[in-house]
Amino acid sequence: MTDQTLLTIDDIDVVYDVDPPVHAVRGVSLRLERGEILGLAGESGCGKTTLAYAIQRLLRPPAVISAGGVIFHDRDGDDIDITALGTDALRRFRWDKVSMVFQGAMNALNPVKNIGSQLEDVFLTHRPEMSRAERRAQCAELLEIVQVGRDRLRSYPHELSGGMRQRVMIAMALALKPQLMIMDEPTTALDVLIQREILQQISELRSRFGFSVIFITHDLPLLLEISDRIAIMKAGEIVELDTPANIYRGARHEYTRTLLSSFPSLTGDRGGFLRTGEAR
Amino acid sequence: MTTLEFSHVSRVYRVRGAGALRALADVSFTLESGRTIALVGQSGSGKSTIAKILTQLEAPSSGEILLDGHPIPHRGRALRRYRQTVRMVFQDPFASLNPYHTVRHHLERPLRLDHVVPRREIDAEVTRLLDRVRLDPVLADRNPHELSGGQRQRVAIARALASRPKLLIADEPVSMLDVSIRLGVLNLLAELQRESNLGVLYITHDLATARHFSDEIMVLNRGVVVERGPADRVILEPEHEYTRRLRDASPNPDLLFGATRAEEAGR
Amino acid sequence: MRFLLRRAVFYLFTLWAAITINFFLPRFMKGDPITAYLARNQGKVSPEAIESLKVLFGLNTDRPLWQQYLDYWGLLLQGDLGRSLSKGLAPVSEVIADALPWTVGLVGIATLISFFVGTSIGTYIGWRRGSRAEFVVPVATFLSTVPYFWLGLIMIALFSTTLGWFPASHAYDKTLTPALSWEFISNVIYHGTLPALTIVITSLGGWILGMRNMMITVLDEDYITVAQAKGLSPRRVVVNYAARNAVLPQLSSFALSLGFIVGGTLIMEMIFSYPGLGLRLFEATLAKDYPLMQGIFLVITLSVLVANIIADIAHAALDPRTRQEEAL
Repeated sequence: MTDQTLLTIDDIDVVYDVDPPVHAVRGVSLRLERGEILGLAGESGCGKTTLAYAIQRLLRPPAVISAGGVIFHDRDGDDIDITALGTDALRRFRWDKVSMVFQGAMNALNPVKNIGSQLEDVFLTHRPEMSRAERRAQCAELLEIVQVGRDRLRSYPHELSGGMRQRVMIAMALALKPQLMIMDEPTTALDVLIQREILQQISELRSRFGFSVIFITHDLPLLLEISDRIAIMKAGEIVELDTPANIYRGARHEYTRTLLSSFPSLTGDRGGFLRTGEAR
Repeated sequence: MTTLEFSHVSRVYRVRGAGALRALADVSFTLESGRTIALVGQSGSGKSTIAKILTQLEAPSSGEILLDGHPIPHRGRALRRYRQTVRMVFQDPFASLNPYHTVRHHLERPLRLDHVVPRREIDAEVTRLLDRVRLDPVLADRNPHELSGGQRQRVAIARALASRPKLLIADEPVSMLDVSIRLGVLNLLAELQRESNLGVLYITHDLATARHFSDEIMVLNRGVVVERGPADRVILEPEHEYTRRLRDASPNPDLLFGATRAEEAGR
Repeated sequence: MRFLLRRAVFYLFTLWAAITINFFLPRFMKGDPITAYLARNQGKVSPEAIESLKVLFGLNTDRPLWQQYLDYWGLLLQGDLGRSLSKGLAPVSEVIADALPWTVGLVGIATLISFFVGTSIGTYIGWRRGSRAEFVVPVATFLSTVPYFWLGLIMIALFSTTLGWFPASHAYDKTLTPALSWEFISNVIYHGTLPALTIVITSLGGWILGMRNMMITVLDEDYITVAQAKGLSPRRVVVNYAARNAVLPQLSSFALSLGFIVGGTLIMEMIFSYPGLGLRLFEATLAKDYPLMQGIFLVITLSVLVANIIADIAHAALDPRTRQEEAL
């Protein structure tokens, strides 16, 4: 392990304790570098979201981490064993060190509270020493950073477009300058033009603030473009972990090749795709 | 040869307090057997309004829809005939099949209603339909919830084909399926299209499948067709600014890694 | 603002419709209890009382209908609801004004207590889903099925007749004169305890179950997971994120139950001989006192309307999505 390592996931198992038990994550080990974007690709039910939740210990019963550990290597040199944190320590850890951007931006914001107060919640909880004016200023600045604009502080989620809501979520994730952001399908529900803008924003913010990203999606072509490394997940296991170039040029695992071939090339050849009307 | 002509169709919604919202503005195209047109657009572009008008869930505010030169009837046997000729495949295979009925029931209904085959041949026809969409005939007596998403969508396609339509409207037929089975379902649609010389309107937000699946692409933005032409041309050399923006925003790892996958495979 | 304006127009229309129906009903009724009563009591009724009764009950047939209708509105706007036949020709408005505070005070306070206690318990057991606190659920289900008049009788039998802890009837001791003194107020509370308890116990279950079920639905929402991922304290998650959303449907039911305060307590007031509107309505029905009945019905209609207005305002205050309809 180098001091460039930010997060070590060590042989983690997640089981849904039902009858019969379902193994959602099986023996996953990962090492995340500081400042890196790690893509986590897989189809629905492969365990990618469960793994993300396990890192923050957000799993709810009946899901439990049955084995393995997650170590967070803090900027100041401390190693934090997330799986061993007590309730209060865990609460302090969350969002301060690792924040999340969730899938459905539609439902990820509380519909009856305005954007400003949901942002402020973060500071109220984690930075109780801040004055009211400081909090307000910080929230306004965050909205400026993600280009939503400070005049939206008093807006409610339903008054914003899907893209705006996702930017607000990113602003919120950015609030405490965490070292890791976990993004679960952050752009899946968005149109491709807005998706591109948000991806650019994420990449700019990363170079400005230096956080690492675990980017979860089923959209492998997207990951090939934005990731430093890609992990391919299937049935709870990581079947392949490599750089985008290596995965693109020489995927070793059969399933990776299936996934790759499921996305036809936009400007290249057809690959396995049949065209209608070809027979004529 | 069957043709469906969408002629100068506009659709305006009245929005309380906000005046009128134009969902479609003077859209014209002709769908004919043997050809596939992809209708590409983002949410709010008006592509689902076109689907709704074709399935008669909505009426156009102006313009008309002609099947082989005749306006679509609003009732009676002629309407039945229209619905038998033009069938739909919807986005959500979970919602489009009734959970309380077996696969067999879903396939038999159009066979009976449209008198496609004599009564005694219905069983054989159900088996043949399942066979055409590459499903094991034993699935006929299952309920939809016992099938995977891909299997359900194949049932939905089989149901659409049961009445032996000439034209098929496929509204995002694979966007809710798991990625690794999308290709299979699209290829199946392509094969069926060729076998039966169907005319297909492929409605999608995905430029890449639109390009490879169809003969022609129409790009829709805010209710207006901004560009149309042969599929490869529209994607590779877009003429309209909006088409270019869409294309450049779509993930395209081939550009990044310089070589096409086919070349790599040949190496 | 347009939203509120539209609602206001709607309520004004409903009010107008209710009063107009109230105007036409006696005019369509068979028989004429008023004339019979006046004939029996000739000379005892003052001319102006006769006049107002005629206007209210459609006996002024010498005038055209639209004139009758205007006269009717004129009386209502002056607060004249006629004379009560069973209360010695006292103005109906006075009879109602005497009874209304008792009903609103007793049932209103009991309903408020029940709502707050029930919603709090529901919030707690919804949050602690699957814990031992769940034992409340079958208890609440049982309570919500108990008919309140039956519970009222049991309360009287147990706490009044057998144990003698609380009085079984009336709002205060007959020996006291109403005054703003501690003696009188404590006596009122003492008398109100059993009926109030009956209402609280029988309605509590509904509030608990309603809130618990909404909590369980809301707790599955993404924003709750987000709130937890943000590291917020459980208290903040429960109050600001979960309960704040789960309480919205509760409020609508609460407003509706406020509307039934006036009309829905007839049997309870009978059991406890509580001098509220329900008891008056019961007496009026027995005595065929049509003016009083009609007046009480009008008050019930009005209170349902007012309760709905309160529900609308509360909803608009708590749910920004309702307010947004203005923009559409």
